[in-house]
Amino acid sequence: MHHVVVEQWSRRHSFVHQRDARAKLLVALALLAALATSPASPVTAVPFALLVAVGIVAARLPLVSMLKKAAVVLPFSMLFGAVEWVAGQPLAGAALLVKSYISALTVLLLVASTPQPALLRGMESLGAPRLLVLMAQTLYRYLFVISEQAQHMRLAAVCRQGSAHRSQRRAFHAAAGALAILFARSYVRAEGIHRAMAARGFAGEFHSLRPPRFTRMDAVFAGVGSAVAVLAHLLVSHA
Amino acid sequence: MTPLIEVRGLRYRYDDGTEALRGVDLTVYPGETVVLLGANGSGKTTLLLHLNGLLQGEGSVRVCGMDVSPPTLRDVRSKVGMVFQDADEQLFMPTVLEDVAFGPLNQGFPPDEAAARARAALAHVGLGDIEHRAPYHLSAGEKRRAALAGVLAMEPEILILDEPTTYLDPPAQRSLVKLLVNLPQAKVVATHDVRFAAALATRALFFDKGQVAREGSLSEIVELFRWDWDA
Amino acid sequence: MHIPDNFLSTPVWLTLDGVAAPAVLWVSRRARKELDEARIPLLGVLGAFVFAAQMVNFPVGVGTSAHLLGGALLTAILGPAPAALAMTAIIATQAFVFQDGGVLALGANVFNMALAGVLAAWLPLRLFAGRRSVGLFLAGFFSVMMSAGLALAELTFSGIQMPSKLLALSVGLFAVGAIVEGTITLAVARAIERLNPRWTGAPVHQGSRVWAGITFAAVLVVVLGLFAASSAPDGVMRIGQWADLHARPVLAAPMADYSLPLGPLWLRRSAAALLGLCLVGGSAAAASYFLLRRRSS
Ligand SMILES: Nc1ncnc2c1ncn2[C@@H]1O[C@H](COP(=O)(O)OP(=O)(O)OP(=O)(O)O)[C@@H](O)[C@H]1O
Ligand SMILES: [Mg+2]
Repeated sequence: MHHVVVEQWSRRHSFVHQRDARAKLLVALALLAALATSPASPVTAVPFALLVAVGIVAARLPLVSMLKKAAVVLPFSMLFGAVEWVAGQPLAGAALLVKSYISALTVLLLVASTPQPALLRGMESLGAPRLLVLMAQTLYRYLFVISEQAQHMRLAAVCRQGSAHRSQRRAFHAAAGALAILFARSYVRAEGIHRAMAARGFAGEFHSLRPPRFTRMDAVFAGVGSAVAVLAHLLVSHA
Repeated sequence: MTPLIEVRGLRYRYDDGTEALRGVDLTVYPGETVVLLGANGSGKTTLLLHLNGLLQGEGSVRVCGMDVSPPTLRDVRSKVGMVFQDADEQLFMPTVLEDVAFGPLNQGFPPDEAAARARAALAHVGLGDIEHRAPYHLSAGEKRRAALAGVLAMEPEILILDEPTTYLDPPAQRSLVKLLVNLPQAKVVATHDVRFAAALATRALFFDKGQVAREGSLSEIVELFRWDWDA
Repeated sequence: MHIPDNFLSTPVWLTLDGVAAPAVLWVSRRARKELDEARIPLLGVLGAFVFAAQMVNFPVGVGTSAHLLGGALLTAILGPAPAALAMTAIIATQAFVFQDGGVLALGANVFNMALAGVLAAWLPLRLFAGRRSVGLFLAGFFSVMMSAGLALAELTFSGIQMPSKLLALSVGLFAVGAIVEGTITLAVARAIERLNPRWTGAPVHQGSRVWAGITFAAVLVVVLGLFAASSAPDGVMRIGQWADLHARPVLAAPMADYSLPLGPLWLRRSAAALLGLCLVGGSAAAASYFLLRRRSS
């Protein structure tokens, strides 16, 4: 599954992996914004593509697999690219396709080089609301557990379908019933989690450990990274 | 000697009307390891949940001389450490270190002190090198140890363990036994695993339909209720 | 419908980020106040549930299948503010972990699905508190219509040129999708209630019915406007030209010099469009604010 592979990548070691999550977030945002505000032509994307490629190599991530994973945006982009093309703007369509792909690749590089907990903590110290971060954290934590359950259910449903031909209506209600059971399990699990939290003294307030230190190297990385993004933007805007 | 835990005439009924406990007495002294045996649904888990105030029924529950009630909950919960059956519910934080530090942070320790306690507890259970791992990638044995570390980091006086051997293979069970016998805390353990119980128990209780049917040494209980495979 | 990056023009995504960020802050404060401490883990776990639920396929005729989107179901279970926050967490996770939807476009996607979508789901639940089935179906229907309609509008304002036939087709598809979501939401909520009636018990009687009615009317206008726009794009264009013609002198009047350049056409168009969007969004937000405040008093 997508997130399992990305999770493994994010726990590798490299210069990029070692940088503070806030620094990486900043650089990624700078790159995304620089690309998004550049002129709508496929050529625009070239320097950005090079930058992301450099990042992938520096993070020692598998380039080809990364390129494949980022392709999840392509169906959507192709649809709209085609729409533009039909509307008589093939160049704009191509730009849409290439730029959205490079953007997805940039985000993938960010999450493939930053473990989820560090990323969330970085977002929190940049001002994301506490409760939201907690929820995203719990969501990610139990995504593995609950989607496994859903997979088992789907398997069971496939097995049953092989034996009996059911009407659409019955199949529809069976799916609703399956979701209700998945819900019930999630609900009971949430109660269990709360019980475990309460047993260790949780009384409604969350306290966190100190975030890791933002080193000088992180500052340099953030500064140089954003400056390069701006330069790339200037380059393509005035070429 | 003053008992650490004193339960008298405890009754509990779940919302749906199930009478899970029907007058239970239990006394635990320092240094003891009391094993709870009994059929599925006989009320072991329900009793354990009362010992740190997660459920509150009729009758009295006293821990370290305190009546377990809302005003004492905070203190009770730092005296009684509870390791749940499902480690996935206990390990809810994104990294092992953060999870183990969760208890000390709730006890009011400053972040650095909490992190230090968490690291010490992790080293104690032999997981010193995985503090930045995510709990969902741990093996069952590692999860169980991490859950135990989360409780030990709070330095409790009593350990409560609900079926701690579930999902563990024999080597992992053995190393858990080794770890537990060397811990100084008094322990209350619910289990179906007689060999595991034999390695730990100083005393055993047999539960039947929400009541303690018999109390004594483990071998007596196992004999009397034929609570073993080859018994 | 998660909009990726680079589909929206800079003024559109920037404004929506600017609108969504404080709105999410406000929603999270509200949710924290409303929520029983015991339900905090539930929010995250249900976020994971919605993800997992999307793996379960519902057959919807001739060999096709659909899956639950979940905004309306969460609203029925958790109530509006916690549901909006849970949806925000879901959308952010989709954007970062799965590259589904852009990061710069996060504000837009959150606005469409987590804020406006949940509001559109909440209103029918509130208004049809006595007729739960109707409320549940309409909640699913309007949440999808609202989110998809806003996404379409934002893309159009961003200068993505869509032939009118395609526009009509996509609005038709949205309507089908919205009916499907309504049906699935109803079926799943009912099935959950059969297991335990307390589980879907977001208090539906909170807030004033009057405000809910007014806001719901605004939602109806947006959704009906969408149908009108797709079936008669020329008419909408003419209204746009009319507005442009009349709005220009008004805007320029205080500045004495009529020939003051107001920027290129696309900028003016998107500015006007954005203004409209913000007005609709703003009034909806204001209405829901009063609606919710009434409840806490
Ligand atoms: N949340 C609940 N709501 C209603 N009834 C419950 C609940 N939890 C447990 N029960 C019921 O209470 C009784 C005692 O359950 P308990 O879990 O304490 O047993 P147990 O001895 O721990 O069993 P096991 O060995 O299976 O873990 C059972 O009849 C059970 O069905
Ligand atoms: Mg039990």
